[in-house]
Amino acid sequence: MLKIWRGSERDAGRWEHYEVPFEPGQSVLDGLRWLRINKDPSLAMRFSCINANACKECMMQVDGETVYACTARLEPREMTLTPLPNKKLVRDLVTEVAPPSERFAIK
Amino acid sequence: MTAEPMSAEPMSAEPMSAEPMSVATDVLVVGSGAAGMYAAIEAARGGAHVLLADRSLIGRGGATIMAQMTVAAALGEETPDDWQHHYADTIAAGRGLCDEQLARLLCQQGPECIRELDQWGVGWARKNGHITATMAPGHDRPRCVYVDFINTGPAVSKTLRTVMARNQTIRKAGDLCIVDLVAGDGEITGAVAYHLGTGAPVTIAAKATILATGGLTRLYRRNSASTNMGGDGYALALRAGASLIDMEFVQFFPIGHLAPRLIGMDPIMWDPFRYKLGGQLLNGRMEEFTSRYGSDEDGKYVLTRDLATYAIFKEVEAGRGSPHGGAYLSFEHCTPASLREAFGPVIDRLAANGIDLTRMPVEVAPIAHYHMGGVKADASMSTEVPGLYVAGEVVGGANGANRLSGNAITEALVFGRRAGRGAAERAKRMALPRLRAQDARAAIDLVCATGDARKSFNTAAAVAQLQSVMTDDVGPFRTATGLQRAFAEIRMLASGLGERPPGHGASFDLERLEWFDLRNMLAVARAVVESALNRAESRGAHQREDFPKMLPQWQVHQSVRWRDGELRVSGAPAAAAAAALAS
Repeated sequence: MLKIWRGSERDAGRWEHYEVPFEPGQSVLDGLRWLRINKDPSLAMRFSCINANACKECMMQVDGETVYACTARLEPREMTLTPLPNKKLVRDLVTEVAPPSERFAIK
Repeated sequence: MTAEPMSAEPMSAEPMSAEPMSVATDVLVVGSGAAGMYAAIEAARGGAHVLLADRSLIGRGGATIMAQMTVAAALGEETPDDWQHHYADTIAAGRGLCDEQLARLLCQQGPECIRELDQWGVGWARKNGHITATMAPGHDRPRCVYVDFINTGPAVSKTLRTVMARNQTIRKAGDLCIVDLVAGDGEITGAVAYHLGTGAPVTIAAKATILATGGLTRLYRRNSASTNMGGDGYALALRAGASLIDMEFVQFFPIGHLAPRLIGMDPIMWDPFRYKLGGQLLNGRMEEFTSRYGSDEDGKYVLTRDLATYAIFKEVEAGRGSPHGGAYLSFEHCTPASLREAFGPVIDRLAANGIDLTRMPVEVAPIAHYHMGGVKADASMSTEVPGLYVAGEVVGGANGANRLSGNAITEALVFGRRAGRGAAERAKRMALPRLRAQDARAAIDLVCATGDARKSFNTAAAVAQLQSVMTDDVGPFRTATGLQRAFAEIRMLASGLGERPPGHGASFDLERLEWFDLRNMLAVARAVVESALNRAESRGAHQREDFPKMLPQWQVHQSVRWRDGELRVSGAPAAAAAAALAS
């Protein structure tokens, strides 16, 4: 069971609960990818290398602890997923993690 | 050189405004792997202002960061070597289909780029003061340099990012997804993008544009690269009027990790350890089997990728696969000390995944790894469309029907540098970028289009479905029946996709991004399938079960072009010298 924070403003978010299948050895990212394909493609999250822990894009908090979703293990219990608290929120689990010099200055 | 300066500080966004934000630059580079970053650095060195755009974070996605080791270059520091030996091996691996000019450029200029990275502090492994090189399958001598056994790609990436950071004329733009190139009067004048973080459209006027978006491994369910490698560059070039060549040649990496579930490690991680320790490839009955397919390993790692892939597939087909449908890779014959020496801290990461190599084999199976095909370019990395350049894996032809191990990072560096130089030279000849608003209109309309997500069409599920189609019927072993089935499925997916993206331009809308991805992926999948269906022979990475022999009359490059809403495939004979060298 994943309890996921959704929204695009910190003080106007909501919690959503999703049942995802559990297989020993899987990562939290495996669960999130399953969820998007099978339940809700509207969930926003960042990931690129999927499994290798090379891109470092999938940072988020699981049960209040900052982790990479690709290396955090999925567990057969309720896990609470939230965006990084110290970065600017973009939407759902996505925050602005790029250094300012590597962002596009949108206006 | 003139280019409008761009604002550096992030500002608040107003998505979907009537007039899109527009920026101008001398050189637009799309993609920030090694090819894109080297192109940006070289273009800046040539006096150009550069905008480096990436759909995800700068220098983090793509294939470079996933490359664990071996960069092939005839440095000859330890063992005498010459670029011509590297060239001969590249041509032989390419099974008669290498573009000689491109292969020559790769082999000739590889050492220069390797040495430049060395000066930039990448930290190539050294022995006795010399950059050390290891032996890899298909090479006639030790030729593959590395940083360490699992960190070569990340080190290359980090080094190039650091060099870029020192350069004031390179602007970096992460989360900027290029939707279409803009053409006017027969040349590329820039691109239309949208900013993923805000959903806002952006017009980019550029005197020259370089595509460095990598390959198409995301078309397959099991693959060894990042999720942003869905063939964007091929699709952008195709729609802009350029030709793609050799699209049927998708390289599978034979020993991608299959089971048990292993997280935090790249699935191609076993390769470095095969270089070091050999390792035994065994079938489901724990028998050695590669000798049945014409290559006896004898404890060493000499089997080329296409042969190993073939051998594993055939064992599985004959009912002799491992439980998850692959082969076993065993290091059980190695002592714990030699494993620890070779694997270092990786042993602990394996232990955390419940894997003890002294007691158990792992299961491996072929995994989509690299694309030999790509955009047609000459040795200056110019495409057939003026103003459009390509670099790295986007370039088609250098590796023919099968890429030699170690050539991918080398081509990223060499082709990236060459494209950057060419683009800067073009920019120097032009006073101002020539993008006209009316030429960008159609792409902007597409980016600004809004629509409700259709409940019947889940974009994430559609990507997964395409991956299944490609894996099941357009893998390394193909038949006319399977390819036709894939063709029909791709058409169905394309009709489900519709003409307009879902969503309303919200921030980080992955469904909308996936819609644009699918638009590209489906076009590229069609190019692969149609080329594969035409090629009635087996050669390198393209094996037709219904045409098992390599045929001299198929010493042909097939090109794919987009004309009047249809793909057109045509063929032209490959150059004679490559044919002779490979025979």
